[in-house]
Amino acid sequence: MEIVLAVGIGALAGSGVWLILRPRTFQVIIGLSLLSYAVNLFIVAMGRLRTGAPVLVAPETGDASQYADPLPHALVLTAIVISFATTALFLVVLLASRGLAGTDHVDGQEPET
Amino acid sequence: MLLLSGERHRNIMAAVNVAVTFALACIAIALLKMSDAGQTGISQVYRIGDWPAPFGIVLVLDRLSALMLLLTSTLALAAVVFSLARWHRAGAHFHPLFQFLLMGLNGAFLTGDLFNLFVFFELLLAASYGLLLHGSGLARVKAGLHYIVVNLVASLLFLIGVSLIYGVTGTLNMADLAARVPIIAAENRGLLEAGAGILAMAFLLKAGMWPLCFWLPTTYAAASPPVASIFAIMTKVGVYIVLRLSLLLFGDGAGASAGFGSSWLLFGGLATIVFGAIGTLASQDTARLAAFSVLVSSGTVLAATGMGQTGVTGGALFYLVSSTLGISAFFLLVELIERGREPGADMIAVTREAYGEDDDADQGEEEVGMAIVATMGLLGVAFIGCALVIAGLPPLSGFIAKFALLTAVLHPSEIHRTGAIPGSGWAILVILISSGFATLVAMTRAGIRSFWASPDRTVPRVRVIEMAPVMFLLILCAAQTVQAGPVMRFMQATAQSLHASGGYIRDVLETSGHSTRKAGGI
Repeated sequence: MEIVLAVGIGALAGSGVWLILRPRTFQVIIGLSLLSYAVNLFIVAMGRLRTGAPVLVAPETGDASQYADPLPHALVLTAIVISFATTALFLVVLLASRGLAGTDHVDGQEPET
Repeated sequence: MLLLSGERHRNIMAAVNVAVTFALACIAIALLKMSDAGQTGISQVYRIGDWPAPFGIVLVLDRLSALMLLLTSTLALAAVVFSLARWHRAGAHFHPLFQFLLMGLNGAFLTGDLFNLFVFFELLLAASYGLLLHGSGLARVKAGLHYIVVNLVASLLFLIGVSLIYGVTGTLNMADLAARVPIIAAENRGLLEAGAGILAMAFLLKAGMWPLCFWLPTTYAAASPPVASIFAIMTKVGVYIVLRLSLLLFGDGAGASAGFGSSWLLFGGLATIVFGAIGTLASQDTARLAAFSVLVSSGTVLAATGMGQTGVTGGALFYLVSSTLGISAFFLLVELIERGREPGADMIAVTREAYGEDDDADQGEEEVGMAIVATMGLLGVAFIGCALVIAGLPPLSGFIAKFALLTAVLHPSEIHRTGAIPGSGWAILVILISSGFATLVAMTRAGIRSFWASPDRTVPRVRVIEMAPVMFLLILCAAQTVQAGPVMRFMQATAQSLHASGGYIRDVLETSGHSTRKAGGI
C-alpha cells in the first residue's frame, strides 16, 4: 500500500509541476489541482497509513496505538476547502485575463516567434 | 466585527471600516502595553475553547506579535483613510476585503499553531488577491495572475512542509514543537529539517528573498496605492514567521539542529539587499522603485535574523518598523506625485503646445499658481522625508535603525565571543551602507524627475484626506526618532525574549493556569 500511494503521489505531483510550468493558463490551473491532490494525499500519508482502524478511541480498549490519527484528516479537510476556494478564485482571474488580453497565454501576450 | 456584507451602502461601509480600523489600532496599543508590562519572556496565551495548549488551538501574544499588530493597524488606518478620497470607489467590495486582509494579518501574527497559521495565511492571501485586482485593468490582472499562481504553489509547499514536520514530531503547536525538536531521534532529523526548509521556502517567497522575489516588484507596482501600502506589511508577515520560527525551533536550545538555516538566511538576505538595491537603481518608474525598496527592507531583516544575535535582532526590529512605515508612506505618496503626469494630462499639454496658448487668459492662472506652490512644496517635503527614512540618513528613524543594527554587528558581545568581527558582519556593513547609498541615488533621481524636470506640468490635485495619511506615517517615523530610547529598549526586550525561547514554551504549555487569560481582540 505504501508503494502504491507513493507512486500515486509522485505521479500526481510530477504531472502537476509539469503542467504548472506550461505557458497556457488552463494547463496551469489543472496542474495546480493535481498538485493539490498530491499534497492532500501526502498529508494523509504523513499521519501514518493504516486501514480499517477506527478514528475515535473506544473506552473498552483505550490503547491509542490501535487507532488512526484523526488530526491529518482534519488538516486535509481544511486544506481541501481552502485550495478549492483559491482555485476557484484563480479561475475567475484567469477568465478576466483571457477576456482583457484576448489570449490564454500566462503572460497575457503571445511570444514573438 | 468583520461582518460588512452590505452592498450599495458605500459611505456607511467606509465609516464602519475606518471606525473598526481605528478601534483595532487602539486595541493594538493596549495589547502592546499589556505585553510590555510583564517580565522578559512572559506572553499572554488565549486558549480557544479552553483546551490546553498542545491539543487545542492557542493565540499567543508576546512583544513581537503585539508590535506587529500595532504596525499593521497603523498602516491600515493610513491606507483606509487614503482610500476614502477616491480609491474605494474603484471596484466592488473594497472594505470587506480590507477587513478580511486585516483579520488574516492579525491572526497570522497572533497564532501559536502552524496549521492555524496556514489558515490565516490563506485568508490574508485570498483577500490580497481581491485587493490586488481592485481597480482592475490589464496590468493588474496580469500581475494578479502571476501573483496567485506563485502564492498557490507556495501554499502547497507550506502544506508539504507542515505535514513533514507533523509526521516527524506529531505536533503542530509551535511551543510544543520547540520543546520536541531537541529530542528528535537522529535518523528523523533529516526529515524534520527538510520539512522546515520547505516551510521556510513558502515564507521566504512571501518575504521576497532573492531568488524567490521575481514576482514582487511587478505585483506591488501594479497594485492600487492604498493596497500597495498595506501590502508593505505582507512581506513582513513572511519575515515575522521566519524570525519567530527560526529563533523558536532552531535557537540555541535546539540541540543538534541549533542554527539550522541561519547561514542561508544571512546570505539570502544579503543577496536580496543587493538585488533590491540594483533594482531601485534600474527602475524607471517611481512605483517600481518603491517595490524594490520593499525587497531591500525585508532582505535587511532576514540577514540580521541570520546573524542570530540579540543585539542585531533588536536593531533589525527597529529597522523593520521604521522602513515599513517609510515605504508605506512612499507608496501612498507615489500616487500623488504621479497624478500630475497622467497620460491624459500629457496629451493636453502637447495639444496646447501645438495649437498655441491662446486659451491661457481665461484659465484663471493666478489662483492655480498659488495652489501649485503649496501642494508641490508639501509633496516635496514628504518625498524628502520618505527618502531619508528609506535610505537611512539622519535625522529620521531610518538612520537610527541602521546605526543600531550596525553597532550591534560591530560589537558581537554574545555567544560568539571571539573578539574579531566575523566576515559576515563586514559583509552586512558594506552591503547595508552601499544599499542605502544606492537607494539615496535612486530616490534623488526620482525626486529630480518629479519635482524639477518639467516646470509647467500639470499640478496634482491633492486632497487633505490623501495628504494626511502620508504625513501621519512620516510623523510616526519622526516620533520614533525622538523617542528612540524607549522604543529601542522595547525592541531589545523583544529580541531578548525571542532569543530566550524557553519562556515562550513554558507560557504556552503551562497547564496550571486555571483561568483563561483573554488576549485576543479579534
